[in-house]
Amino acid sequence: MIKSLDPRITRENISENNTIDPLTPMDNWETYEVFHQKKRGDQHMHVGIVHAPNPEMALLFGKDQYGRRGITANIWVVKTANVFCTEYEDQDMFETTPEKQYREAGGYKVMDKINKYKKAQKA
Amino acid sequence: MYGNAYIDPNEKANGILAGEDPIKLKEFENRIARGEKIEPKDWMPKEYRKQLIRMIEQHAHSEIIGALPEGTWITRAPGFRRKMALMAKVQDEVGHAQLLYSAAETLGKSREDMTNDLIIGKSKYSNVFNYPAFTWADACIIAWLIDAGAIINQVANAKGSYGPYCRALDRICTEESFHLKYGHDNVVTLATGTPIQRKMVQEALTRWWPPIMHFFGPSDKISQHSEILMRWKVKMASNDDMRQQFLNMYVPKIWDLGLVLPDPNLKLNEETKKWDYTEPDWDEFKRVINGGGPCNAERLAVRRMAEERGRWVRKALLNKSEQYVTPLA
Repeated sequence: MIKSLDPRITRENISENNTIDPLTPMDNWETYEVFHQKKRGDQHMHVGIVHAPNPEMALLFGKDQYGRRGITANIWVVKTANVFCTEYEDQDMFETTPEKQYREAGGYKVMDKINKYKKAQKA
Repeated sequence: MYGNAYIDPNEKANGILAGEDPIKLKEFENRIARGEKIEPKDWMPKEYRKQLIRMIEQHAHSEIIGALPEGTWITRAPGFRRKMALMAKVQDEVGHAQLLYSAAETLGKSREDMTNDLIIGKSKYSNVFNYPAFTWADACIIAWLIDAGAIINQVANAKGSYGPYCRALDRICTEESFHLKYGHDNVVTLATGTPIQRKMVQEALTRWWPPIMHFFGPSDKISQHSEILMRWKVKMASNDDMRQQFLNMYVPKIWDLGLVLPDPNLKLNEETKKWDYTEPDWDEFKRVINGGGPCNAERLAVRRMAEERGRWVRKALLNKSEQYVTPLA
């Protein structure tokens, strides 16, 4: 029997050689991705996962894990299995996007033309 | 809280890149050299995966096992506020374990397998938790100095290359700062208190100093194959460098309180600007981490009991039609 400095452990009468059957798959359930909204008006942000047997418990664990400090307005949970993602391997599909200056406000410069026009009008 | 991941110095470092695709390896190493993070589904060398799993898993186990000696002090913590604070700290530690297990899971080892490896004694956890907390002062020294060591380690590792581990560590480091302040507050209260309180905290410090010196792992002189792990940003600082950083930050704070450290050779070397100290007893460290410490058996027995007694609840809640999917990030 374990003789511990902690009387609560000693009271449990635990054998040092207590063996247990190994955990089997799904013992710790499936995973949910957790999204946290700090305050109303903010975007929900992905903060991590929890293991849970159902959505209700996932929300409970999500609150304990990601909302136990500071402020929280709202939490979402989504089964990991229900999230679809792009592959990092296909990242080249985003490669030319930053070059698309015609989609950016900064891609339009008219002051040169205006100034040139004004100058010509004065002359 | 956490101790540095333990790598058996006798393990062979040769041939760890055997069979890796040289082009992919180059891309992988270039990505890390550019300061980019590796994400779960990226190609990675087998050794990178293996070392990260080992490291993150050990870290997670340390959080769980570390909560055991602290948890036993909740009922005996002096005063309501300290009970509340210690409960919050213990809850944080268990929460940290959850975050870390999740990060390790993204590398392909299931949480059940990690728990199995812990409870049969196959996986390691931080060696400091194989020592008992005799008095309330021991719990205070743990909360201050062990958590201080953990923060040094975790802040370094948070700059590593594996995205999920870094994200978990960022969150953990924020919470650990409360642990450190709480621990310091407790130690200061004892050290500035009655002669009996001072004696109690001095004795606890004397007991904990050798494990604290062990905390960052074996000296660089006897620790092998760090080089490739440093290049891959799995290991972010050498054991000795972290130990130096710890001594630099905390020895003055300990001496400020008029407490005595049980090492006559401990002093800042004016020439090298590094701390001189008596080499820790690494044979003792090995003996304890391999199962021979005063509390190894108790920690694992308690962990097995908790696992077994919770099993029927987990089973009852399980929906048999669900399937496990590896977490995304």
